Amino acid sequence: MDFEFLASTFVTLLKSLPTTLALFAFSVTLGGSLAILIVWMRVSGNPILGGFAKAYIFVFRGSPLLIQMFLVFYGLAQFSLIRQSFLWSYLREPFDCAVLSLALCTAGYSAEIFRGGIRAVSVKEIEAARAIGMSGFLLVRRIIAPIAFRHALPAYSTEVVLMMKSTALASLVTVWDVTGVAQRLISQTYRTMEVFLCAAAIYLFLNFVLLQAFALLEFYLSRHRRAPALNSASKLA
Amino acid sequence: MAALELLGFGAKGWGALLAVATLMTLAVTAAALTIGAIIGAAVAASKLSGNLTLRFIGNVYTTVFRGIPELLIIYLIYFGGSTAVTVIGGWLGFEGFLGLPSFIAGSLAVGLISASYQAEVYRGAYLAISIGEMEAAQAIGMPRAMRLRRIIMPQVIRFAIPGLGNVWQLSLKDSALVSVTGLAELMRTSQVAAGSTRQYFLFFIAGGCLYLLLTSLSDQVFGWFERRANRSMPNATIGKA
Repeated sequence: MDFEFLASTFVTLLKSLPTTLALFAFSVTLGGSLAILIVWMRVSGNPILGGFAKAYIFVFRGSPLLIQMFLVFYGLAQFSLIRQSFLWSYLREPFDCAVLSLALCTAGYSAEIFRGGIRAVSVKEIEAARAIGMSGFLLVRRIIAPIAFRHALPAYSTEVVLMMKSTALASLVTVWDVTGVAQRLISQTYRTMEVFLCAAAIYLFLNFVLLQAFALLEFYLSRHRRAPALNSASKLA
Repeated sequence: MAALELLGFGAKGWGALLAVATLMTLAVTAAALTIGAIIGAAVAASKLSGNLTLRFIGNVYTTVFRGIPELLIIYLIYFGGSTAVTVIGGWLGFEGFLGLPSFIAGSLAVGLISASYQAEVYRGAYLAISIGEMEAAQAIGMPRAMRLRRIIMPQVIRFAIPGLGNVWQLSLKDSALVSVTGLAELMRTSQVAAGSTRQYFLFFIAGGCLYLLLTSLSDQVFGWFERRANRSMPNATIGKA
């Protein structure tokens, strides 16, 4: 084991960590917002909006992310209409293309997860809210959204971990994220296993932290269901 | 129509190559699912066993293979496997670099990933078997192996079908990443066709549509399996939409 080499590899890879984290943060935020819009269309009851949302979810969940990313990065550049529009200053940047395709893809998956959460909201709670006169946005904000979010959280944490792993695909459209830099290091040193294992360790650590954060959030959001158990625990202590 | 000619089966068309590539994608996914079923069952068994060490190994396996990007795992298996093959080849007297065939490397890598998801599916399915049935089997004196064959396996398979359908879809999409090893599956062929005709948009849309065809067809197939497996269970909740 060449610890000096491993240490220097780690330092080089960690320098590209901000790129990976930025890819992740932008695409989760953008994708999450888009998912809320799509799930709103999906449950709106309007056949046109609902049909569009269904088609969106079918297309983006049914095809691999890599082909979507290549379509955005290579496919859109083919049209002079796009090359001449204001969008081009974004679409010629590999980073922006990667964020866009990651966000579009995760929006499809997240929308289905959020829909599952909304369906798990008990009808009685909605009826109760309506009975005391809540309707429209107030009902969504105070009753449906918080409960649906809590129900969707475990599945959403899995989706977020999948997103963290998917950011590695950005290296294939020439973004210098952790995986991209790892590949460059390999082409310089030919020490495949060591470099890739270092990169793998970084991703593993990131996902571990993410899952812990979600577990903490879940714990924090389930206080109302836990109160009696906590009392008995403190009695035991 | 230039686009139709490019996608067709004529002299200039990429249709035949794309069709073969679609079959290759199916072959990689099927091989991966098989490898994943064997390893996944072993991992599930070790996660369910009473042995602390085995349980620890099972947990480490599922954590590691679900926590590392699929792309990195494919690179690791492809390059690592090639290094191993070269070393073994050196012992046997072959000179120089020997590569691991990309089909084997790809399906092994996707299979190892699929195993970590399948392990959880099998574990969940095993835990869904009611304890009463196990007790009943023990009560009439069935030995362990017979219990496994007659009581556990049929039910685990039945409970696992919806989860396996999801894992199949995941592996189908992961198999697109095998394109980085140069295997001429659907993703790689779309890329080559796009690059050599400069029609990126057309061929990536075509490739995407073929993937959509595969995923929606396999949805139908798994739905059929699910109905078939549950046909003797009129009140089964699993398997009904």
